[in-house]
Amino acid sequence: MNVRTHMSMIFHLDKCIGCHTCSVACKNIWTDRKGAEYMWWNNVETRPGTGYPTQWENQEEFRGGWERKKNGLNLKLHTRFQGLLKLFYNPSLPDLRDYYEPFTFDYQNLFNSPQKDVQPIAEPVSMITGDPIDIETGPNWDDDLGGSNVYAKNDPNLESLPEEVREQMNELERLVFNYLPRICNHCLNPACVAACPSGAIYKRGEDGVVLVNENSCRAWRMCVAACPYKKVYYNWSTGKSEKCILCFPRMETGQAPACAHSCVGRIRYMGVLLYDADRIPDAADVPDEELIAAHREIILDPHDPEVIAAAKANGIDDGWIESAQNSPAYKFVKEWELALPLHPEFRTMVMMYYIPPLSPIVSIIEKNLFRLDLMNEDYDFELFDRLDAARLPVKYLANLFTAGNEGIMRTVLRKLLSVRIYMRRKTVDGVVDDVALKTLADAGLTEEEAIAIYKMTALPTMEERFVFPPYHREMSIEAGMDPLAHKGEAGLGYIQQPKRGS
Amino acid sequence: MDWNQLFFVLIPYISVTLFIAVTIYRSIFRPFTVSSLSSQLLERKKLYWGSVPFHYGIVLILLTHLLALIFPKALLLWNAVPIRLYLLEISGLALGLWALAGVVLLIYRRISVAYIRKVTTPMDIVVLLLTLVSIITGVLTAVGYRFGSTWFTGVFTPYLWSILTLQPRPELVAPLPWLIQLHVLNNFILLAVFPFSRLVHILTWPLHYLFRPWQIVIWVRERRQLAE
Repeated sequence: MNVRTHMSMIFHLDKCIGCHTCSVACKNIWTDRKGAEYMWWNNVETRPGTGYPTQWENQEEFRGGWERKKNGLNLKLHTRFQGLLKLFYNPSLPDLRDYYEPFTFDYQNLFNSPQKDVQPIAEPVSMITGDPIDIETGPNWDDDLGGSNVYAKNDPNLESLPEEVREQMNELERLVFNYLPRICNHCLNPACVAACPSGAIYKRGEDGVVLVNENSCRAWRMCVAACPYKKVYYNWSTGKSEKCILCFPRMETGQAPACAHSCVGRIRYMGVLLYDADRIPDAADVPDEELIAAHREIILDPHDPEVIAAAKANGIDDGWIESAQNSPAYKFVKEWELALPLHPEFRTMVMMYYIPPLSPIVSIIEKNLFRLDLMNEDYDFELFDRLDAARLPVKYLANLFTAGNEGIMRTVLRKLLSVRIYMRRKTVDGVVDDVALKTLADAGLTEEEAIAIYKMTALPTMEERFVFPPYHREMSIEAGMDPLAHKGEAGLGYIQQPKRGS
Repeated sequence: MDWNQLFFVLIPYISVTLFIAVTIYRSIFRPFTVSSLSSQLLERKKLYWGSVPFHYGIVLILLTHLLALIFPKALLLWNAVPIRLYLLEISGLALGLWALAGVVLLIYRRISVAYIRKVTTPMDIVVLLLTLVSIITGVLTAVGYRFGSTWFTGVFTPYLWSILTLQPRPELVAPLPWLIQLHVLNNFILLAVFPFSRLVHILTWPLHYLFRPWQIVIWVRERRQLAE
């Protein structure tokens, strides 16, 4: 057992209101620079939809992630040798048109315009060329467009759904959408790291953050193509790749990443997960239907004395172990098994997890009136037993979060529903009846667990949502050199601007 | 000092010095500036038809130049059979034309595409023009002064070694036609420009990618020391 620690984020999709505050917070801190305008290290997508960049999940085109081959896992993008042959032109790389041309507006025209018969306008201009452009698309062009023929219909996750279900999702009275906030998943088996010919991308051992060493990056952009989530971006101005850094400078000082900290719906949780690094290759190389189980398997129980001993042997300090024991991430992923990885079939072993959203039940039209497609009484229970009547097809959610495994998705949704039913009985009716208890038991939860899930979902404090370990960055110098000797020579050094080379 | 001394002794030594010193300085102290500065994100179609022929053409031709410098005897032995000589010369010429077509397209792309103009530095233009001159003079030499793969070993192999061993013999290049002299001079200028331009990306060929493990994990604190 090779125990390592990882900072992990949980997204509770039921709570996401799609306000994009996370995206804006991130943009303002990290990507408000020349060449980075089009980068959205954090973005929020409307699902069903095509996402950002457009159709990023379509790996036949973008060739991200890993593939199972006879000799084990291999990048879908290339073999090592092929990778070198493609240095001069990277065929699977998304084009700026797959993102959008960054734009601003010529506000000066509002002040400087000569007097005319009409009001002056602020014309849109390209942030690359500075020329006027017609804005045709943007980072969030399909916001809230559930059921749209252009966007929702072309969601790659709908492909394996039966035709009638897809048709049904486009009917006006049955429309449904949910939000999917995405950041870099800081994978355990990252394809971007594996694809980088110059070895510029690496994973930090302490907290698992995947970073690009821009001093080694040579702009071959294999990472951009290899990341199945398209969360590595190429800065066209500096000629270097950039990606989400999980706000490590904030985490090191005990603050939540900007996206999580600013979250209005408080959907995000963060905490330490312990994992067994030796079992990553095996866990990533199992059939699709076993992926979730294998993924959960390598997350270790921080209360297990054996795990604690192995962690200590690996140099993990008590602060981190204690933090792992209080981690909301561990509770959601492993204890309650509610949080799921996004697209586990890409086999990068993501470390950001999602609690799938519940959706309204499908309604039907009767005598020109809308009516829910079920009995009038007890409709909570109806949905519990008839998940197929939910507006978001289980198969669709399964395609997103469980590699198409509907069984696991049903289990998770039934757990979420049973907690809802139980708490409604308890707080609204004041009596928990046998039916509610049976629902809970059917979903595989105890009363204590249901209350704990409810509390962590609805009432958590900031300290419960974000449990950060002590990074002790101030001590990191000790491992390499004498702190007193370092003190005499410490300084900022010469700062080099990240300017484009020639 | 006569022109030969200037062109084939002084300039080569200045170039080689700049090449070695500035490249090392830049790699160590200015690593952020070392990049191939790809512009594929902004424009891809012309890049494909320009970059691929240009790079494969120029890399293979440079390798054969290197081969002739290091293993001249082997090359002569290969050329001893006429059919093999013709094969080598024809493939060399074809690669040269291929690279020429590529570089012309790349220059056109840099000038005509508005996005690419925005990420073009003056040095990019200098490098492209020098490369163009280099390829044109090279191709013309291959056409006009036949069987360079053979006479190169008699003229340039000893000349280049004389430069590298600090015993310059410019008299070897002096009697050559001006076209070939231009080719030589132009390439020395290219070498001088090398460390100041995007050409530094040439030295970053990542052969270690073939052997390294897929994943790279780096610890801020060295774990082992802490574990003790």
